[in-house]
Amino acid sequence: MILTKAQYEEIAQCLVSVPPTRQSLRKLKQRFPSQSQATLLSIFSQEYQKHIKRTHAKHHTSEAIESYYQRKTEYLKGKCAFLEIRRSANRYLNGVVKNGAAPVLLDLANEVDYAPSLMARLILERFLQEHEETAPSKSVINSMLRDPSQIPDGVLANQVYQCIVNDCCYGPLVDCIKHAIGHEHEVLLRDLLLEKNLSFLDEDQLRAKGYDKTPDFILQVPVAVEGHIIHWIESKASFGDECSHHAYLHDQFWSYWNRFGPGLVIYWYGFIQELDCNRERGILLKACFPTNIVTLCHSLA
Amino acid sequence: MAAVLESLLREEVSVAAVVRWIAHSTRGSEDNPGEAAALSSLRPLRKEFVPFLLNFLREQSSRVLPQGPPTPAKAPGASAALPGRPGGPSRGSRGARSQLFPPTEAASTAAEAPLARRGGRRRGPGPARERGGRGLEEGVSGENLPGAGGRRLRGSGSPSRPSLTLSDPPNLSNLEEFPPVGSVPPGPAGTKPSRRINPTPVSEERSLSKPKTCFTSPPISCVPSSQPSALDTSPWGLGLPPGCRSLQEEREMLRKERSKQLQQSPTPTCPTPELGSPLPSRAGSLTDEPADPARVSSRQRLELVALVYSSCIAENLVPNLFLELFFVFQLLTARRMVTAKDSDPELSPGVLDSLESPLFQSIHDCVFFAVQVLECHFQVLSNLDKGTLKLLAENERLLCFSPALQGRLRAAYEGSVAKVSLAMPPSAQAVSFQPETDNRANFSSDRAFHTFKKQRDVFYEVLREWEDHHEEPGWDFEKGLGSRIRAMMGQLSAACSHSHFVRLFQKQLLQMCQSPGGAGGTVLGEAPDVLSMLGADKLGRLWRLQERLMAPQSSGGPCPPPTFPGCQGFFRDFILSASSFQFNQHLMDSLSLKIRELNGLALPQHEPSDEDGESDVDWQGERRQFAVVLLSLRLLAKFLGFVAFLPYRGPEPPPTGELQDSILALRSQVPPVLDVRTLLQRGLQARRAVLTVPWLVEFLSFADHVVPLLDYYRDIFILLLRLHRSLVLSQESEGKMCFLNKLLLLAVLGWLFQIPTVPEDLFFLEEGPSDAFEVDTVAPEHGLDAAPVVDQQLLYTCCPYIGELRKLLALWVSGSSGRSGGFMRKITPTTTTGLGAQPSQTSQGLQARLAQAFFHNQPPSLRRTVEFVAERIGSNCVKHIKATLVADLVRQAESLLQEQLVTQGEEGGDPAQLLEILCSQLCPHGAQALALGREFCQRKSPGAVQALLPEETPAAVLSSAENIAVGLATEKACAWLSANITALIRREVKAAVSRTLRAQGPEPAARGERRGCSRACEHHAPLPSHLISEIKDVLSLAVGPRDPDEGVSPEHLEQLLGQLGQTLRCRQFLCPPAEQHLAKCSVELASLLVADQIPILGPPAQYRLERGQARRLLHMLLSLWKEDFQGPVPLQLLLSPRNVGLLADTRPREWDLLLFLLRELVEKGLMGRMEIEACLGSLHQAQWPGDFAEELATLSNLFLAEPPLPEPQLRACELVQPNRGTVLAQS
Repeated sequence: MILTKAQYEEIAQCLVSVPPTRQSLRKLKQRFPSQSQATLLSIFSQEYQKHIKRTHAKHHTSEAIESYYQRKTEYLKGKCAFLEIRRSANRYLNGVVKNGAAPVLLDLANEVDYAPSLMARLILERFLQEHEETAPSKSVINSMLRDPSQIPDGVLANQVYQCIVNDCCYGPLVDCIKHAIGHEHEVLLRDLLLEKNLSFLDEDQLRAKGYDKTPDFILQVPVAVEGHIIHWIESKASFGDECSHHAYLHDQFWSYWNRFGPGLVIYWYGFIQELDCNRERGILLKACFPTNIVTLCHSLA
Repeated sequence: MAAVLESLLREEVSVAAVVRWIAHSTRGSEDNPGEAAALSSLRPLRKEFVPFLLNFLREQSSRVLPQGPPTPAKAPGASAALPGRPGGPSRGSRGARSQLFPPTEAASTAAEAPLARRGGRRRGPGPARERGGRGLEEGVSGENLPGAGGRRLRGSGSPSRPSLTLSDPPNLSNLEEFPPVGSVPPGPAGTKPSRRINPTPVSEERSLSKPKTCFTSPPISCVPSSQPSALDTSPWGLGLPPGCRSLQEEREMLRKERSKQLQQSPTPTCPTPELGSPLPSRAGSLTDEPADPARVSSRQRLELVALVYSSCIAENLVPNLFLELFFVFQLLTARRMVTAKDSDPELSPGVLDSLESPLFQSIHDCVFFAVQVLECHFQVLSNLDKGTLKLLAENERLLCFSPALQGRLRAAYEGSVAKVSLAMPPSAQAVSFQPETDNRANFSSDRAFHTFKKQRDVFYEVLREWEDHHEEPGWDFEKGLGSRIRAMMGQLSAACSHSHFVRLFQKQLLQMCQSPGGAGGTVLGEAPDVLSMLGADKLGRLWRLQERLMAPQSSGGPCPPPTFPGCQGFFRDFILSASSFQFNQHLMDSLSLKIRELNGLALPQHEPSDEDGESDVDWQGERRQFAVVLLSLRLLAKFLGFVAFLPYRGPEPPPTGELQDSILALRSQVPPVLDVRTLLQRGLQARRAVLTVPWLVEFLSFADHVVPLLDYYRDIFILLLRLHRSLVLSQESEGKMCFLNKLLLLAVLGWLFQIPTVPEDLFFLEEGPSDAFEVDTVAPEHGLDAAPVVDQQLLYTCCPYIGELRKLLALWVSGSSGRSGGFMRKITPTTTTGLGAQPSQTSQGLQARLAQAFFHNQPPSLRRTVEFVAERIGSNCVKHIKATLVADLVRQAESLLQEQLVTQGEEGGDPAQLLEILCSQLCPHGAQALALGREFCQRKSPGAVQALLPEETPAAVLSSAENIAVGLATEKACAWLSANITALIRREVKAAVSRTLRAQGPEPAARGERRGCSRACEHHAPLPSHLISEIKDVLSLAVGPRDPDEGVSPEHLEQLLGQLGQTLRCRQFLCPPAEQHLAKCSVELASLLVADQIPILGPPAQYRLERGQARRLLHMLLSLWKEDFQGPVPLQLLLSPRNVGLLADTRPREWDLLLFLLRELVEKGLMGRMEIEACLGSLHQAQWPGDFAEELATLSNLFLAEPPLPEPQLRACELVQPNRGTVLAQS
């Protein structure tokens, strides 16, 4: 799924201030039926992350946190009363809609245009500060976000949980999904390499040997793809947009080139065509495993 | 001086006698007495003859080569000779130097308008007529004048030299300033100043022996400065002394002299009326004057001078062979004669034999003279590259004047295989990461390791940026990259990091800059480049194409200053920008080491007896190997010289007088960065001059002005001068140096003698007992010098300025288009050279000598093979021991450690102590290594030798070779093992201990043994990420918010759990974190099922899951937890307040599913009763609504009261709570 910059921008345009919910995703899929869901999700996620990075600071001023926290508390008090009424009503009416909990925190996040999971973290931090007196450590927060049952306040726990399961761009579940996708594609790539009989060293082996930078795979015997020499292959289970590609170039791809020579990056969910401009320099982009691989001919050697 | 020449012309003395006289001052006995007498009276002048001759010729040719390219030099002492002699045209006020150019008088005849035009022709402001205090300077070298438009700041950033704005009229003969129409503008590098032999200032004392203070040459480079008195400000500049005020005087003297001469000599008529003004000829189309052998005037005189001149060249009495050839080629290709009023073609017989009439009176004379000289140097010509030969053979003047020479050249061309190409190397390849030298173990700390990791990346980032931008106008290295480089260098705190970085820097330098021709990437010690192996053909073609597309790089005339072309500029600028003394010191250390190593490399020696087809193949490889070593050495030495002399080069002029003395006293105390004198002496003794001298020249070319005055370096220069004199090309004999080897040495030495910092009087005044140059050779009879290791490709690669000859000829052919010939080809090396290992330094006396003797009579490839095998097997042996013996010991260590941990309990004790215990137990086993190593070498070496040697190798030779290989390999391996085995075991055990201890730490369960999928599995199960995503959707639907039409169907839930089972059974794509999350999500799902919180799609009425369906789903989950999850499942979450609290929302509350679930958990052994009890107990502590707490307590009591019951009893329990909306009723 290689998109031109124009195509990509058309999609990105539709994603401006769209909350990261499953409903948004559904709409996006309807809007671009020809694109693969995974590609759309990846682009959505990246665009949203960019948006959050831009606005992150705004939500982290102490004034903002304080105001969110107060609003949340007020909301919860008010809405809890309302909920009681509704629950009673439900009981009698054999309710049509049966919400377990009113989405206070989630609504708040959507209202101020911030990621629900991050909002949950913010509020949780603030909550713990208030209740435990010492500033909570990051690991405690993370652990509570992973398992909201550990949150001392049951109502907040539910709110946090709701934020997390409803956020399709941030949160421990999303992180895990991303990690799993990455891992799955590495496995896929490994299988393909084995199938093609290309011997390689994987990340773990490289690390064990003391390499300071480790691509997913280093080929023990280089191959050529579309006329370009490939010493290493990096699998990226995401869409290669400008922002992420440049970051990857700086942190990974050039570092690999600096140590192992030219190589191949597979963006399984596609990339912006225009980014594939370093082929001559030694970084080749593909959206799938290459089909025509030229190997070193041993009869010549 | 002139007297000598004149007596020669009068045939009083023979040419041979003159040459003998010049060359060998001490001899003369074999000359005939009359000659000897004639010459002996002139003895004091002997030294000045050659400079005189050279200057005389330049001067004579000045009218022919008005627009010639930068003209070669005059020699010192020339002007000194002139005043003594009457006659000769007066040249106005511009001094001796101006004689090389159109006389001002001549110009002034056509003068006024042209002068104006000249002004207009000057490109740019043309301010700096840099004279550097030298009258002789300007006008010849294009470098002196800022050719504004065409000139660029050279990347080299070499210094500008002191310049003076002169009021002299523009110099018409400056090719750069007044280029012939259509000629190529100077290449990007700009033309370099040609070093000229400077005139010794004329003074009454004529104290030639005083220390040299003047240079005529422009300094190395050429940032023309428009500030009249601006001194060179660049720190690496080879500043030019502004001295020599006496030149003004000199000019004045000459002017007077000239005017006297003018009065005395008859005024010549103008022979070439069509050239009334030289200016139109420059501006308009160039019509070349045809040269006609029949119109040559005074043949005899020309022949004689040509003979003397040729003899001087042949005897290496001139400083630079190629400079003279260049001059001769200029004469050959002279286009037209510049009008000179004072020249008279029709000489009266009376003056025929004197020097009073111009030597070259017409183009015919010039060409005749040139051809005469060329005839004497056919041998040199025939060894030039094929392109030059072609142009020579096709030169119609040559054909016209000497059909015989043309015939020989044609034959030489046809037989030549010396195609030369100087293509640029392809873009950068990075130095590969080598765990042996680059991994954590090689760094003192984690921090140093990670810092270096970052530095490597910054280094290449900087390099890439340079590649992208350095050719852009206005881009400045320092501005663009300087601060980043310094920031990076600032992080190199530890000394060890410096050495790591220097290693990277040096390797990258070698890789990128080793040679323009070595583009295939054959780098010393590096793996062969795949590019060249995979697609050599294609790449070769590409490069050839590239080469044709690129304008030929001007190397800046026949004597360019040292520069850093191409990628070298990056490294030079990097060093300058980094300006780190630690870095420079480490770099010098590293460069010196590598130079020593390469210089001492045992290169194969030529065996004359071995001249069949096969040895040809061998020679191909050996030549290539030699070229790789030589080019690497030159590159390293150039950078060593650059860095070593960097602190001493500055903008200020070289000191004189007392200051100089004190500096000399100081500097002579400083030990040389590398003992080059010893290396040179050894190189000469071992007959390896062809390897040592070319890199030494590169090193010395960066010396500052003081260096040649230091005793240590003076010795070196004297040695080099003697060597130069001894390299007579015509003397070829068995065991002596090969022709092309000599030619290479002559070219590089000639070039060195023209470097501005090398005092030019050194060449003419250093009176070496030249014939006493007999080095005591302790080396074998056939040293490297006698081996044909140099070919034209290498010659031209080392001395690209020789290519100027071809450019001159091509310029002639193409009229004014300056393209070099169209058949340049690239020689792409398609195989790589494996450098043989250095012979192992055996100490076993006789055996070693026997082995040496054995190799002596074998082809060199045999020795290389054996050494190679020994080196590799020896190295593999160590790796083998590591993989077998050491690995076994590590395994033992691990099991011992496990025992220790079991006996000592969880805390395991102090790791350091544990390590000591283990090492004391295991290290003694290391003793086996030697025996095992010996066995390994014995087993492996013979096979390798057999495979690598030709089939017909005699059995005895083969077995000897095998044995030697075994011996050498064993020696190498055992030496290493005995020194390092204990440390190796220790290191590996230590790593294993820390690994084991770490594994003891967190998440031991995750590290536990995991089952893979069954053999039949085809890995078609849904991907874990997909499942997490799906379950997450269900969870988010359940906890809301959701639209009214959202929900899941029971079938979908069932399918989801089915898929989860498949995924968990196929472990192919499952990673531990994904499994953990799946486990947690499944528990959440169960809780939602128990609390009936999942919105179900279906007929509108039925929005709650049926009891039966819920139980079925819970059963599926239980089975997944029991059978399929391999990691821990956080089942206690089922009883977390939050999940149990979900029940609080349901009306009526249904506890039956929870109870069911808890019982099943106990039943299946997924949770213990105690555990559940504990969870239920803690639930009571939470705050609940009153009725809910009550119900919870009941449930708890129910569960606790009854022993684990089979299914039927469950109903009974349900019956106890009829008021709670019973299970019975609904299931």
